[in-house]
Amino acid sequence: MSKYAAPGEEGSIVSYQPRYDHFIGGEYVPPVKGGYFENPTPVTGQTFTEVARGTAEDVEAALDAAHGAAPAWGRTSAAERAVILNKMADRMEANLELLAVAESWENGKACRETLAADIPLAIDHLRYFAGAIRAQEGHLSQIDENTVAYHFHEPLGVVGQIIPWNFPILMAIWKLAPALAAGNAVVLKPAEQTPASIHVLLGLVADLLPPGVLNVVNGFGVEAGKPLASSPRIRKIAFTGETTTGRLIMQYASENLIPVTLELGGKSPNIFFNDVAAAQDAFYDKALEGFAMFALNQGEVCTCPSRALIQRGIYEDFLAASVKRVEQIKQGDPLDTETMIGAQASNDQLEKIMSYIDIGRQEGAKVLTGGERADLGGALSGGYYVQPTVFEGDNRMRIFQEEIFGPVVSVTRFEDYADAMKIANDTLYGLGAGVWSRDTTTAYRAGRDIQAGRVWVNNYHAYPAHAAFGGYKQSGVGRENHKMMLDHYQQTKNLLVSYSPDALGFF
Amino acid sequence: MGGSRVDLTPQAAQLLCRLRAVHGPLMFHQSGGCCDGSSPMCFPLGEFKLGGSDVHLGDLAVDGLAEPVQVWMSRAQFEYWRHTHLTIDVVPGRGSGFSVEAPEGVRFLIRSRLLTEQELLELDGSVG
Repeated sequence: MSKYAAPGEEGSIVSYQPRYDHFIGGEYVPPVKGGYFENPTPVTGQTFTEVARGTAEDVEAALDAAHGAAPAWGRTSAAERAVILNKMADRMEANLELLAVAESWENGKACRETLAADIPLAIDHLRYFAGAIRAQEGHLSQIDENTVAYHFHEPLGVVGQIIPWNFPILMAIWKLAPALAAGNAVVLKPAEQTPASIHVLLGLVADLLPPGVLNVVNGFGVEAGKPLASSPRIRKIAFTGETTTGRLIMQYASENLIPVTLELGGKSPNIFFNDVAAAQDAFYDKALEGFAMFALNQGEVCTCPSRALIQRGIYEDFLAASVKRVEQIKQGDPLDTETMIGAQASNDQLEKIMSYIDIGRQEGAKVLTGGERADLGGALSGGYYVQPTVFEGDNRMRIFQEEIFGPVVSVTRFEDYADAMKIANDTLYGLGAGVWSRDTTTAYRAGRDIQAGRVWVNNYHAYPAHAAFGGYKQSGVGRENHKMMLDHYQQTKNLLVSYSPDALGFF
Repeated sequence: MGGSRVDLTPQAAQLLCRLRAVHGPLMFHQSGGCCDGSSPMCFPLGEFKLGGSDVHLGDLAVDGLAEPVQVWMSRAQFEYWRHTHLTIDVVPGRGSGFSVEAPEGVRFLIRSRLLTEQELLELDGSVG
């Protein structure tokens, strides 16, 4: 057990600067209009730094820098780019604890997760795309004896990326790694709730990249995100967020005829078949942990298993054991490595979760545990903490249909396989799902029948590079975490070459 | 017409007046899903392209504003929400998405209650 000193306190391994400007063209540049906004930590609610409030003018400057850098960067060899990505990964690995604590302070999440998941996954992601770009090959087609069609992968040029606040560093790397590997220059806008930790990362790795290849403009969606997403000077926009903004981004993209990748919401079912309880063994214990996974990252995960479907035969016993497991979750100071669940990322997020718990109760759902805001005392009283909450209800209720983005799971029972699939697929979304069964045929069939882009079978919330991640239905467009994402950051150049010396004879 | 599906708090109304002065006529589109979702997004009227996939939930009359503020939601989402009445409130927060209130340090928020049977009777068929 250990507890990290909070940034700003004596002995902390992280030292946030009092202010962060935009990172444009390889250097820090103050915002054109001179505005800054305060950035509080969700751990205590206290402001710990201020961040540039970007506007269209700053976005234009970043686009200038990116356009200046893109041609040369796009011509570097895959080997050169892979070396840079690997060096970035090495620097992050050497500073894992520092990044983990910085991220925990920024977002409110428990450092046991940033130490074991967020930062190690980000490191591995860079290495994966370093390898993927080295191994990528173009194709050629022999059209006839004298004619060959060569297919080259070429970068798009300058791309825009808008990052969410739930995994500020990991989600940035998910998007940056394929974009940079493919040879694009990037203008990236972090979420306004979590604008600072990426600058700690930049402090470690920025010198590895040629100036202008990566530009970070902070600010609000309406003031900085919109000028970026709607700019005719980007060749692609990538966004993680929700449906209405996803539609708006597609509208802007349609005006400029550019491609988009979107990672939107989910209301992921986690399905437990009767045979899970065939024995009280290690697998049963694993399944109980699988149920409790809704509390990972305080439930602020697009794939949060926020609907638990339990088969009738084991319903009472499995649910009772699950609730007991949930009640053992330790909530506390996110910088304590014993803490399992930390703070929600912002005050409005906390308020939204409480408003959903309210409508859940009004609709007649039963609170089996939790259901309240948590006051952890001392300095943490100002932070945004919610008790892990288990609701029992019906799939038509709002708490079963809308992403709460908090540590809240809604539980219902099902009769048989067909009933499970009907409930699982009765949702607007299709990002993730979990299936728990000892019977491989049941697990396989369910995995194929569920309309979701990622189905975890007998596990949940694993995000290894080399496993495609993305949504069905209203959950988005594109597949991250896999080399197929390179396709979304490249365009195909076809060189159609004639080796014949003879005229066609038409003219 | 009968009952209404949407309303707003006095605090939200005051904020709308301030935002109207900066951004012109406004509209809401209720978002679904992820990080900043499940929240009402406030845009300059016309910024967000509406279509056949959207339902007009109602118009909010705001004292001091010449025009009502339209509230919309995607039709698919409405099917899961139609039994509830929505009140747009505002709380301190960091905002998000491209909603225009974010730089003010506040966030619009939906508070919900179940529609009564009488309200459901009055509203049935009046939307869509």
